[in-house]
Amino acid sequence: MLSGITLGQYVPGRSFIHRLDPRTKILACAMLILAVLVCNRPAGYAILTLGTLLALGGAGTSPRLVMSVLRPFWIILTLTLVLQLFFTPGLALFALGPLHVTREGLVLGGQILWRLTLLIIFSSLLTLTTSPLMLTAALESLLKPLKRLGVPAFDLAMMMTIALRFIPTLLQEAQQIIKAQQSRGAVFSRGGLTRRVRGLVPLLVPLFAGAFRRAEELATAMEIRCYRVGANRTRMHQLRYSRRDYIVLVGAGAVLAATFALRWWG
Amino acid sequence: MCKAQISIRGLTHIYHPGRPGERIALQDINGDICQGELLAIIGPNGSGKSTLARHFNALLLPTRGTVTVDGLSTTDPANRWEIRCRVGMVLQNPDNQLVASVVEEDVAFGPENLGLPPEEVRRRVDRALALVGLGEQRLRPPHLLSGGQKQRLAIAGALAMKPSCLVLDEPTAMLDPAGRREVLQTLLGLNREEGLTVVLVTHFMEEAVLADRVWVLSGGRLVLEGTPAQVFSQREGMQKIGLALPGPAELAWRLRSSGWPVPDGILTLDDLVACLAGLLSETGWGRRQ
Ligand SMILES: Nc1ncnc2c1ncn2[C@@H]1O[C@H](COP(=O)(O)OP(=O)(O)O)[C@@H](O)[C@H]1O
Ligand SMILES: [Mg+2]
Repeated sequence: MLSGITLGQYVPGRSFIHRLDPRTKILACAMLILAVLVCNRPAGYAILTLGTLLALGGAGTSPRLVMSVLRPFWIILTLTLVLQLFFTPGLALFALGPLHVTREGLVLGGQILWRLTLLIIFSSLLTLTTSPLMLTAALESLLKPLKRLGVPAFDLAMMMTIALRFIPTLLQEAQQIIKAQQSRGAVFSRGGLTRRVRGLVPLLVPLFAGAFRRAEELATAMEIRCYRVGANRTRMHQLRYSRRDYIVLVGAGAVLAATFALRWWG
Repeated sequence: MCKAQISIRGLTHIYHPGRPGERIALQDINGDICQGELLAIIGPNGSGKSTLARHFNALLLPTRGTVTVDGLSTTDPANRWEIRCRVGMVLQNPDNQLVASVVEEDVAFGPENLGLPPEEVRRRVDRALALVGLGEQRLRPPHLLSGGQKQRLAIAGALAMKPSCLVLDEPTAMLDPAGRREVLQTLLGLNREEGLTVVLVTHFMEEAVLADRVWVLSGGRLVLEGTPAQVFSQREGMQKIGLALPGPAELAWRLRSSGWPVPDGILTLDDLVACLAGLLSETGWGRRQ
């Protein structure tokens, strides 16, 4: 139910993408996401798809991993496709009872489906190939200029680190609770909506109670290791841009420029 | 007789003093923890073990009395961070004390907080991981480690601060027997080979037997102290406060009280086996059967 690769999980490795500076990955990811949002031409989609394939190859991601990343979103993805298919006015291709599938709907639905898929893949690639601590180190470094405006870059980064650290632990705990409740006869995946929602209460209450207890102990554990809010920390991993990073940044910039150009002058 | 590293004088701790829920957790504790020793603290639930342990690194401050670490008083706020570096601490639940999603980054957390240069952090992380035998796991996510490995990782996180004393609050309570053995071997190694002072809070009597000295807490008071042999010879005193003897010691006591010539001071299974084997050959029991 909650197993498999979860959103935001890091898979250690030594691929080209793994070894990029995390700031590069965040910036390139942001540029590519912008490009996806701007894109509206077949040529643009072709460029983006090529870029995605290159990125997936560079990260050494197996097709199976890509599928497991997309799986949690399949309801949203199919729903958007179906809605576009049936509810876009235009030339009817064929009918399913009172509903007509239109050509415009097919085109639009396909575009949106593809865009969402690309967005999910880009953002998942970022978290799959970057350890959460590197991600936060990068965010901290990118937000540093904003420190003067009073943005607590460091503490924000720490909050994110910890949130990410506890996602798998809380999922494991949820699974244990589910098993414990099921062994006492609870049914989670049957019945109407209200029944299902009500069925979640015995899962969520212990989960939240556990999370608060954890938070308290974690605060103690951090204090033991001399963590101080607002103090100057160092990093074991120093961030450094290398040639690899410039290549990727220029590449992502070129993709973004191309989609912009296609949209406005194409 | 020993060089005191942590000195406790007249320590009393009251939770929420003067408010509803006031509770005296520790009362007039006196004692010294010696450099390089392995001290076990035992006592029934709620006897104040955790409260006492948290005074050693200034997580809690005395309501009355003093705690000093290498002569530094924990009540002086200026000493707090120095004391936290000298006295490392490991808590009970391995899942709640790891902050990072990669083993080596978790170990680096402490030194990074100290603002050390990256090369120094790297050196400390590698050394700490080698000391607990987790060098191979350094790039794995902690939530995939076994309980014993997680707890060794927490120990490495503390070691990376280069403490001279390590305080562990029931570090094996949530582990299976294999994990418990792993953690104990690691602690014994650190104590014997690295000369680290180790304070082990535990409710397993078999673990207390391994210590140089044992403190027994009951109702917030230090009621008994001495070598494991001394402490576990007080069967009645222990029973009165609700603690059992280690299994082998209990069996030796029962044999002795039913007339067998079993000597005092038997604490471990090895002691007991050696003694019984001796008895068998003396009395010729083995041959007659
Ligand atoms: N935060 C707290 N607030 C109030 N009372 C507490 C708190 N922590 C512990 N106590 C009480 O202090 C006593 C000693 O607790 P503790 O040191 O945790 O014992 P042990 O670790 O030996 O089980 C217990 O009676 C406990 O109820
Ligand atoms: Mg306790």
